[in-house]
Amino acid sequence: MWVLVILMFFSLLVALIFLGAFIWAVKSGQYDDKYTPSVRILLDDELKINTDQKRKEK
Amino acid sequence: MEKISASEVKCYHCGSDCPEEAIALGEKNFCCLGCRTVYEILEKNNLGHYYAFTAAPGAQQKKSHLKKKFEYLDDSGTAGRLIDLTDGTVSTVTFYIPFMHCSSCIWLLENLYKFNAGVQYSRVNFLQKKITIRYTETIISLRGVAELLATIGYEPEISLQATEEGNKKTQDRSIYYKTGIAGFCFGNIMLLSFPEYLSIVNNVDLFLKGFFSYIILTLSLPVFFYCSSGYFTSAFRALKKKMINIDFPISLGIIALFGRSVFEILAHSGVGYMDSLSGLVFFLLLGRLFQEKTYNVLSFDRNYKSYFPAYAVIKKEEGEASVPLSALKEGDRILIRNNELIPADSVLIRGRANIDYSFVSGESVPVEIAEGEIIHAGGRQKGTALELEVIKKTSQSYITQLWNSSDFVKPDENKIITFSNLAGKYFTAVILLIASGAGLYWLQAGIAEALKVFTSVLIIACPCALALSVPFTLGSTLRIFGRNKFYLKNASVVEKLSGIDHVVFDKTGTLTKLNERNIRFYGADLSEEEKEVIKSVLYNSIHPLSRSILKLMPEVRLWGIEEFMEYPGRGLEGIVQGQKARLGSVSFVIGTEAGIPSGSSSTVYVSINDEIKGFFRATNIYRDGIKELASYLQTYEISVLSGDFDGEKETLRDLFGSKAKIHFRQSPFDKLSHIKKLQMKNCSTLMIGDGLNDAGALMKSDVGISISEEAVNFSPACDAILEAGEFSRLADFLKFSRTSMKIIYMNLVISLLYNIAGISFAINNNLTPVISAILMPLSSITVVALATLSTNLMAKIKGLR
Repeated sequence: MWVLVILMFFSLLVALIFLGAFIWAVKSGQYDDKYTPSVRILLDDELKINTDQKRKEK
Repeated sequence: MEKISASEVKCYHCGSDCPEEAIALGEKNFCCLGCRTVYEILEKNNLGHYYAFTAAPGAQQKKSHLKKKFEYLDDSGTAGRLIDLTDGTVSTVTFYIPFMHCSSCIWLLENLYKFNAGVQYSRVNFLQKKITIRYTETIISLRGVAELLATIGYEPEISLQATEEGNKKTQDRSIYYKTGIAGFCFGNIMLLSFPEYLSIVNNVDLFLKGFFSYIILTLSLPVFFYCSSGYFTSAFRALKKKMINIDFPISLGIIALFGRSVFEILAHSGVGYMDSLSGLVFFLLLGRLFQEKTYNVLSFDRNYKSYFPAYAVIKKEEGEASVPLSALKEGDRILIRNNELIPADSVLIRGRANIDYSFVSGESVPVEIAEGEIIHAGGRQKGTALELEVIKKTSQSYITQLWNSSDFVKPDENKIITFSNLAGKYFTAVILLIASGAGLYWLQAGIAEALKVFTSVLIIACPCALALSVPFTLGSTLRIFGRNKFYLKNASVVEKLSGIDHVVFDKTGTLTKLNERNIRFYGADLSEEEKEVIKSVLYNSIHPLSRSILKLMPEVRLWGIEEFMEYPGRGLEGIVQGQKARLGSVSFVIGTEAGIPSGSSSTVYVSINDEIKGFFRATNIYRDGIKELASYLQTYEISVLSGDFDGEKETLRDLFGSKAKIHFRQSPFDKLSHIKKLQMKNCSTLMIGDGLNDAGALMKSDVGISISEEAVNFSPACDAILEAGEFSRLADFLKFSRTSMKIIYMNLVISLLYNIAGISFAINNNLTPVISAILMPLSSITVVALATLSTNLMAKIKGLR
């Protein structure tokens, strides 16, 4: 039956890790602004190269 | 600089037409030096590809007088209130940037660090139009940051409220933590309780059984002490005011559950009801989370301080200086430029004042004010710069005085008897009665048994189903209204709406449209030639009245104009086909006001060759569907309050019938006291208004709805914001709020049935953890499902989206 105790311990540990991840996510403000990140991800830092190419094509 | 013909050239930065002497840089042309500077800054900092996102991104950018504008930010007191966080060298500040409007704005603002080495990092919240900037104090000051934003076209709007009270409003995230932790504990406790439900452990291993129950006990500690703490404090706070709210029986149930379970576990007499406890708390918190839908973009608690600028430009002997508004005294000379707000009641010293009071009264046609006359705070200058002398401090000004009035307070939320609090009161009484009755009866079997029955009743009778049906029904209603462009401050407004019996309307801007007017010509019949002259002159003006009159004569021919003069705030003069035409106010066209019937600002007189032809008069247009709305509202009492003269009394009588109370020439204070009088007569009032002059009435009434052409723009403190286009559907919303309450009553009956079933187990001393673990989640889930489904179904039936 000891194996059950060990399993219990590990399952709780895993669940606690997820709880920790959730709390970290809330704490870092990920639930405060649910819109801007969806736009931000589409903005490309490397855009400059593309536009230079466009100008050359013209 | 090379010369290019004006018509074809558009500014590379802002897209407007370039003047004949376009300012060129390389192949690109700019309309002004400002645009070129911005371009240079962008290019220098390798941000030139900003232009690839949108053509002419600098469009609509206001020319700002930056030199002195942010001077007041050097004041350490003001800066201290604005800054969120500082350690002396690194500071964080959040600005509101109204101009933010597209994704390239996010991109540019988040690349702020490339403009100035002092800026470490900037983050945009697009929906709230806010930017948070972290910067190094030694390299750039707060003023510098504000000026940097302004130079790239994103001038931060710093309101009086922010500088006086600070804007350190940290978001309360505890509901997320609580729900997360409760969910975690609930899941694990359920898992650990399964052996008990299935009775596997009974004859297996006592050690294992003990081990499980101690883990369960540990997991339940955060649920009891942290997650459910909100209910305890709320119940306690109400008790201190000698009230019993719905949280009281809930707390009672939670304490009974926890206490009995702890006892059972420690005494090794059972495993307790921790699964029921954590499930209950988890569901309750979910309900609270669901109910707390907020509209980030909207703000419901604005007062005049949110709209007034934080500073004023004072004219002194040694030059101009910008001072915080609170430092403005009587006798100060202030400068007001085009489109700036008058910060305090003042007398016009120099300049042509053309004041738009739409902010205050809802009347959008600018009012002309002569030198020496008083301009009230809250007006907005349209035209050239003005010099004013302050006669009253901002807080003492006509419109802002409303906020000092002792009547200007919202009734105490705790004193309002909501349905759930009322139900909670009776619930508590009945439950305590049953619990003690059953307990006394079981006393014959011993104190232990009696206590068991007593706690069992408290556990099973916990009104969680009721406590869940209210947030889920009202929360769903709130969301449905939101989809229909009717935004509520919180879910409890739905309940208040359902109890309304007296509806009060403001007239200007609420019943009538803000920017549209019905224009008619009064006077001699105009010949075709005269019409052509009038049209040709008006064509050159951008005044809203000119544009409206033009729409009256679409087919009239247009001539070129020979001489044209526009006198801001007064009128137009021009020569067309050799005919001299003057259009404008009485004093401008006729020269004297004597003998002319009251010439209001919305009247345009016309003279051709110095002969007066008549006048155009603009009257307000009522919003569409008012007639239908009025007939729907027949079961309500109605008042209409208007700040205007009684010119439209007949129209209003026609609309609202003979019973309606219609009052004219109402000051903001009159409106407030009208609501107060109604409330003295025990009426539940709904006030619908739009401007700052309605602020008192909106605040005082049981529910205040503010009409807004664009919900994000402007609204005084209120309980709900209704988009102007949906105004005619107000009756639907009122009706649906009553439907929601019926759904809550229905759920109350269902949850009572569950309770009766549960209590019958409890008083017979048959309540086992398994029954409780089945019954409690079952009742919760039925109620939640019923509440959300039936609310959404009813909304579909009633024609709401």
